[in-house]
This record gives sequence, structure tokens and C-alpha cells, in this order.
Amino acid sequence: MKRSLENIEEQFETFQILNEEGKIVNEDAMPELSDEDLKEIMYRMVYTRILDQRSIALNRQGRLGFYAPTAGQEASQLGTQFALEKEDFILPGYRDVPQLIWHGLPLYQAFLFSRGHYHGNQMPEGVNAFSPQIIIGAQYTQAAGVALGMKKRDKKAVAITYTGDGGTSQGDFYEGINFAGAYQAPAIFVVQNNQFAISVPVEQQTAAKTLAQKAVAAGIEGIQVDGMDILAVYAATKDARERAVNGEGPTLIETLTYRYGPHTMAGDDPTRYRTEDMDSEWEKKDPIVRFRKFLEEKGLWTEEEENEVIEKAKEEIKAAIKKTDEQPKQKVSDLISNMYEELPAHLQEQMEEYKAKESK
Amino acid sequence: MAQMTMIQAITDALRVELKNDENVLVYGEDVGQNGGVFRATEGLQDEFGEDRVFDTPLAESGIAGISIGLATQGFRPVPEIQFFGFVYEAMDAINGQMARLRYRSGNTVSMPVTIRSPFGGGVHTPELHADSLEGLITQQPGMKVVIPSGPYDAKGLLIQSIRDNDPVVFLEHMKLYRSFREEVPEDDYTIDLGKANVVREGNDVTLVAYGAMVHSALKAAEDLEKDGIDAEVIDLRTVMPVDFDTIIESVEKTNRMVMVQEAQRQAGIASYVVSNVQERAILHLEAPILTVAAPDTVYAFTQAEEVWLPNYNDIIEKVNKVINF
Repeated sequence: MKRSLENIEEQFETFQILNEEGKIVNEDAMPELSDEDLKEIMYRMVYTRILDQRSIALNRQGRLGFYAPTAGQEASQLGTQFALEKEDFILPGYRDVPQLIWHGLPLYQAFLFSRGHYHGNQMPEGVNAFSPQIIIGAQYTQAAGVALGMKKRDKKAVAITYTGDGGTSQGDFYEGINFAGAYQAPAIFVVQNNQFAISVPVEQQTAAKTLAQKAVAAGIEGIQVDGMDILAVYAATKDARERAVNGEGPTLIETLTYRYGPHTMAGDDPTRYRTEDMDSEWEKKDPIVRFRKFLEEKGLWTEEEENEVIEKAKEEIKAAIKKTDEQPKQKVSDLISNMYEELPAHLQEQMEEYKAKESK
Repeated sequence: MAQMTMIQAITDALRVELKNDENVLVYGEDVGQNGGVFRATEGLQDEFGEDRVFDTPLAESGIAGISIGLATQGFRPVPEIQFFGFVYEAMDAINGQMARLRYRSGNTVSMPVTIRSPFGGGVHTPELHADSLEGLITQQPGMKVVIPSGPYDAKGLLIQSIRDNDPVVFLEHMKLYRSFREEVPEDDYTIDLGKANVVREGNDVTLVAYGAMVHSALKAAEDLEKDGIDAEVIDLRTVMPVDFDTIIESVEKTNRMVMVQEAQRQAGIASYVVSNVQERAILHLEAPILTVAAPDTVYAFTQAEEVWLPNYNDIIEKVNKVINF
């Protein structure tokens, strides 16, 4: 009798290209990226790290609302997005604001999303995405639907969606990957396994040794990737995208990563569930540190260049938050007018009531 | 014109819209070759192909969830939830997601989804098949809920629901599927959502009902006429939004009202309707508004169903109370 779990870890061994020392360990898998691309990737990671630091500071000053820190997850977030084309549709989780920004959402709108202003949810023309999902896993079934729609329209595009390790316990996770598999729809399901669902460690979340293996039950491809290695994340996503648009079906990508900060800025204290040792173990794997080493070795990156990125990011963030402040505050009447295409009578009455209150 | 049952009128409406608009998709559990467990989609896959009329895996949240995704690609999804008691599985996808996407996109994305589903008592189903769960949806801003009372209305309301750019839950009372036929035009026509229908005019009391209860109210009105009580019967047709103007106009004439629903007293829309009517028309009322509804228990599947379900005798009793108040 053959037991199904016997060699499961071998089957889902972690895919890596760039190791912690910044050395290429898997030359064969090295994706085709120009020097310019490599520098752009570094630019985006450094920029996003600064954006995270500034967002945390702005949140503490009361100038931003809901915010889920991203530091540590840059390779998982930006490596997947870098493999996309403009026509691909992103269905993000609440921590996945960076992907939206690099897909075309202006920074000031990302800040408005954080403040709960509806303009933050209005994707500009040509930016194919939903605003970040709050309910864990709900975006997975929606992604299957976007992908099915793309298939029916004969589009050469994919739907890509994100959740975390905790999200793989949800019913919608299974329903989403199963629907996409059944219809062979061009979807990419990314699980950013940052080891904790708020405080619950992944070992308590599931008996599965890897989250990538959950793909097997749905009959779709699954791969576990070093989520701190942006080259591996990019290569895995690029491959998944290619197969998807060629009609070869969806892929589940698990990225092994870590969030350095708290779950959100709303009072989570990671020292209650993580040790300093664990934090420092993961910091050694940092995606920016290893990529910097790699680029410096190739003569593609200098300290001056990095400082320029940091300064540019800080300036643009400053300008964006200024623009955010200039946006008129959201009113109850804005909420009312966003409920239906045509206001039903009961909401017309309520609209008049709130317009009167608002004009006082 | 043809004589049609309600299920035939529904199939006809789906056929009309599949023909009219290539973006319309019809799908759900067993809706393909099998034509649906009630045959609502009979023959549609053969006529329009598997790309437009198709089976789904057995998962209600997935069915509702893919509808959201399909809508982003310009489709007009018409999914079926096989029995509305199964909607609990899809509650987040409907109320938590679909209903909020217009808001959540700052009015840049529409969800023109029409979720069809059978419900309603009196046909001896197992548990969680017959429950009147419309109140779960009417309590969610962003949703519309339509409940036809017969073949003619079903076709016109379903076509209008499919053409609506907001999500609609379209509930089909199982007892009405084949209980009677009506003249139904073969070409397309629509009935506005949010507009009630005065199905019987009268001067002494207003009966407000929807779905199968419209017929109980009409039967009660016939009996009451023998006692010299002239009842007006309003079929709401759409239970969100509710057409209060038509109700108020009637109550201002009759000065008395009885609200009738098949759902439990704590469920449905009776409380919402009654509170609105008393706010708008208290000075026209000669008696408190009474409600006919099922008791606040789980649905009495199979056993005790006939007593549990509100019937025309319950309506007559309440009408006599408001008349003699």
C-alpha cells in the first residue's frame, strides 16, 4: 500500500534561485531579465520598504487609517506583480497594496483606501484590479470567476489573487481553486505564507507540511517558493502565467515569507507570539539584502543609487499625502449614492435628510 | 400569447434574455444537461451551448463568488442556488461581497447579477429547502429582492431583473411553479422593479402580501366579500425596495391594514413594512396594523407544515380584528 504523504515534502521542495548570500544557486531556472529589469526590481523593493516605514509613521501620527505592514514580504508581493501584464487582473488581500500601486494605483489613492475614502477604491481606467479584500479568502472564488470570464472572452490574460497561510483554511480557498481547476481557467492563486495568521502559527493552522500541496486535491499545479527570493517568485509566477494563458490551467504558488511588523497597526503586538530569535532568523533571509548583494556583485547597484531611491520615495510619499489631505472628506451622501445605480425611493428620502445635515 | 405555468414562464424569460444579450450566462448545480432540478433551464444548454449555459461544481459560495468575477468581464450572470435554504453557504459572497462592490469600487463597477432560487413551503421538502429567507437579503443595502406571485409577473420581473445593473435575488415559490397557468406573451416585456401591483381593489382594508401569500390573501378577500368586507390586495412583487407609495395610497383609502407573509414573524419584511407604514400614515389608521406570519421556529418541514404555514383563515381572523377594533 502506497501512502500518499510519504514523499510530499520532496514533491513540494522549496524553489530557490538566489540564496541568502546573494548567490545564484539554480542557474538553469534564472529568468530572462535585463540589467534594466533587475535594477527596476531593486528600485521597487527599496521604494516599497520606505513606503512601509512612512506608512507606519503616518499611521502613528493619525494621518493614515487601516494599515497592514508589508516589510519582509516585498519579494512575494513585487515578484509576482512584476511577472504580470497590464491586462492581468489583481484581486488583493488587505496587505497587498504594493501590488496595486505597481499595477497603476496612484499612491494618494492607496492612502485614501487606508482612510476608508471611496476614491481610494476607484481604480483608474486601465488598472485591472479590485480594491483590497478584508474577508479572508473571499477573493479566491472571485478570482476563479474573473479567470473564467477571461477564458470566455478569449483574453490572453490572467487573474491573480493573494491570501495568507490562514486563508488556506477557508472554504472559499478550496472553492476558488477547485472552480478554476474544473474550468481550466487562467488564474494564479498566491499564498503568502508569512508563518502566522495574526498570532496562530502555520503548524496549528493545518497538518499539511506545505500549503502548495493543497493544489493536488484540486487537480491544479502547485509550487512552494522561497518568498524572500524575488527571482524565484518572479520565475514561478511567469511560468504560471504562461501556462495559464496557454490554456493549461491555474497554479497555486506558496511563498515562504515573513512580516517583520505587526499584523496591522490596530494594536497587534507580535512579541506575544513570536520570539526575537525567530525574527532575526528571518531578517537574515531579507529579500532586499540578498538582492542588493547580487546586484552589487554584478556592478549594477551602488549605495548612492539606493540613497537616491530612498530620497525619491520620501518626496513622492510626502507629495501624495498632501494630495490625500486635499481630497474632500467622504460624506454620508457619498455612501448613499454608491449603493445602487439608481437610488430607490427610500434612499432618496435618506439622501435629502443627510444632504440637509451636511449643508449645516 | 400562450398559457404557461410559472416554471415555463421563467424558462421563457431566460431564453428571451439569452437571445437578447450575448453577455447573459446561466449556470448552477445541475442546470446544464439536466435542465435544473425543477427544469427551469430545460433545453437551454442545447439551444445556447455549454459556454453560456453550464453546470458548476457543487459549492454555493463558489457559484456566487464566480458571478462577481464574471461580472468584471462584462458578463450578466444568472446563477441558480438550487434551493434557497442553501444560501447560508453563500452569504458572504452575496451580502459581504456582491452587494458592496458598487460602493467598494466608488461606483465604477456594477454587479448585474440575478441569483435565481426556489423557496417556499407546502411541497414537503427536507429541511433547509422551503425556508423563507428573503429577509437575510433585504437587510443588506445594495441588494434587490424580487418575489413573483405567478407566471405573467415571473417572466416580466425576471427579464427586468437580468437587465438591472445591481444584484438581484429572484425568489421563486415552489408551490407556484406548476399550480396554475396564465396568459404569458411570447415576446419580451418587463415589469418595473420596486413597483407593487394592486391585484384587487377594495375600500375596507388593505392586505399587503407577496409570493404565494398573494393567493391566500385573494382567497381571504373573496370570503370576506361574502361578509360585506371589501378588501384591497397589494402584491409587492419586489420586497426590496418596497413600494411604500402604493401601500400608503391604499391605506389612506381603507384606513386599515393587515401585513401577510409566509416567513416567520421575526423574519421576512413584515416588521420593516409595518414600521414604515405607521410612520407615514398613522393618522389615517383606524386600527393597529396586524401581521399574519409563521411562528418564530425553524421551518416545519414535512410534519405540521400545513398548520405552521399562514393560510387564508389566519388572514380572515386578523382582518376581522382590525375591522372590529
